[in-house]
Amino acid sequence: MPGETATLAATEPAAKAAPAVLEVEGLKTWFFTRGGIVRAVDDVSFSLSEGETLAIVGESGCGKSITALSILGLVPSPPGRIVGGAVRLRGTDLLRVDEEAMRRVRGNEISMIFQEPMTSLNPVLTIGAQIEEALTLHQTALSRAEVRARAVEMLQLVRIPEPERRAKEYPHQLSGGMRQRAMIAMALSCNPRVLIADEPTTALDVTIQAQILELILDLQRRLGTAVILITHDLGVVAETAQRVIVMYAGRKVEEAEVFALFEQPLHPYTRGLMGSIPHLVDETTERLAEIPGMVPALNALPPGCAFAPRCTMATDRCRAEMPPYREWQAGHFSACWHAEALMTGRSPPPLAGEG
Amino acid sequence: MATMRTLVQPVDHAVELSRAGANVTGSGSALLHLAGRHPLGLIGLVIVVVFVLVAAFAPLLATHDPLATNAATSLAAPGGQHMLGADFMGRDLWSRIIYGARISLAVGIASTVVGCVIGAAVGLVSGYWGGWVDLVVQRVNDVLQALPLLVLALVMAASLGPSLTNTIIAISIPVVPHVARVIRASTLSVREMPFVEAARAEGMGELQIALRHVLPNTLAPVIVLATAQLGSAILTEASLSFLGLGIPEPYPSWGRMLSESAAEYVRTAPWLVIFPGLAISLVIFGTNLLGDAVRDVLDPRERS
Repeated sequence: MPGETATLAATEPAAKAAPAVLEVEGLKTWFFTRGGIVRAVDDVSFSLSEGETLAIVGESGCGKSITALSILGLVPSPPGRIVGGAVRLRGTDLLRVDEEAMRRVRGNEISMIFQEPMTSLNPVLTIGAQIEEALTLHQTALSRAEVRARAVEMLQLVRIPEPERRAKEYPHQLSGGMRQRAMIAMALSCNPRVLIADEPTTALDVTIQAQILELILDLQRRLGTAVILITHDLGVVAETAQRVIVMYAGRKVEEAEVFALFEQPLHPYTRGLMGSIPHLVDETTERLAEIPGMVPALNALPPGCAFAPRCTMATDRCRAEMPPYREWQAGHFSACWHAEALMTGRSPPPLAGEG
Repeated sequence: MATMRTLVQPVDHAVELSRAGANVTGSGSALLHLAGRHPLGLIGLVIVVVFVLVAAFAPLLATHDPLATNAATSLAAPGGQHMLGADFMGRDLWSRIIYGARISLAVGIASTVVGCVIGAAVGLVSGYWGGWVDLVVQRVNDVLQALPLLVLALVMAASLGPSLTNTIIAISIPVVPHVARVIRASTLSVREMPFVEAARAEGMGELQIALRHVLPNTLAPVIVLATAQLGSAILTEASLSFLGLGIPEPYPSWGRMLSESAAEYVRTAPWLVIFPGLAISLVIFGTNLLGDAVRDVLDPRERS
């Protein structure tokens, strides 16, 4: 199996027609707490094709990271439980395999890069030893020497200069950008089919962010890995993803091809997120638009649309009834009672703070 | 500008750099650099090293057989054939102190190692897996810690009977709760670190994560504890032997040598009390100095 992975996707361009590697269907991850049931991920579905980059966007606490942890079966339990849905990796439902089989999937078929390169590496082990770890766990056919050579090769792949020397160094001897590169090397060492990058650039310097994104994309093209990019930064999304899912309060509120989304967002929340990105070309000196209020507590969601309390377009219907999630244009889904209005009017009513 | 000039002091770059340890290259010069900053630690290290060397080369340093009795030299004063004198059985005091270092060192190191290994295992299991195991272990620890080290060792030694192995066991058991507590506390914080989550995402099993990722990150305070414990273990052995519960006759234990002579000969042959007592004090002094220095070097919270 692992040998196949490398050849399989390398020749495959990131085409829409490519078969789905990962399908998430109706995923529900709930936390049972003293304050009640927290629906951190509620009925989330998406599919990921080979070589594709899918971005999951949303504010802190909207369920992005819990979605990622659910895919890997790493939801802290208790209090978290996956109460419904399916996560199919090439047809196998990962929610219905045992822990041992799941361990063979983690790091091998689905890998993850974490937000904090400072604390995601063990301070007492060398960089090389930590990359070798995943290899010794999954590529059991390799000898000690082969594993070591492969670790150095991976460091070279992520463009760390002097990989032999760096492999012998400890995390504290590397800069933040270097450490994130080392994390990427670790995550990709077993040629996974799916790479989940959870805010991979958030903790980094802006100048390094672009380099790291470029590196992830370049490696994705070369290795054919499908990438789930979790971020709150729409700027990152525009540069990297093909398809975008916008999450709010544990649910999907919009899904579209990246161009369609930026061209015509069909959910006021997405528009709000876009309004809060600074524009360089904009000559106006107005303040950035912000979305008023905060993500509601997930154990006390309003009966209607979860975004209604913060939405400038909200009507009584929004507050009373949950809007259906439907396809408004080919490949463009949204859950908003006003999607039609957003679609027809090229310049929709202004948001709070705009104009 | 004028005031600026007075504030700027001429800097000797070589001096500043060497103070910062810039010319530290090998591990040997790193040691020298550390020694320069912890002169007392260096003294402690020298004492401990000498102590270890004496124990290792005891047959070369001893002038007599430490077990050979001789009625003719009973209670001989220091000087002449017996450098430090002889005890009432005519055994050479110098040789007995030299061989006694072996007993002290063996008991000190073995009980510290045994105590730390068991304590680390208990603390790691308790802290990493938590739950009812943690609850039970912690309550047992509370009980053990409520008793003073010596009392606990006394009870253990009395119930096991005097022998070298039993002395080691008796001294190592009271160490366990201390080490377990320290390891458990750091385990609780280390297990929440993102690299533990990352190891899980890599497909590593829980036991392997605990041993490879969590345990090594909890060891620094234990090294400090173990160095301090070494002296305390040696002292406990001396105390147990003094009370007749430690190393049995005829093996030379410093504590026993004291107790044999303290009552009867302290007035007539004070060297029998003075020299073993000095040996104990010197070694405890050395290990304590070393322990303090190790703590300063390893524990950033203690740095001033």
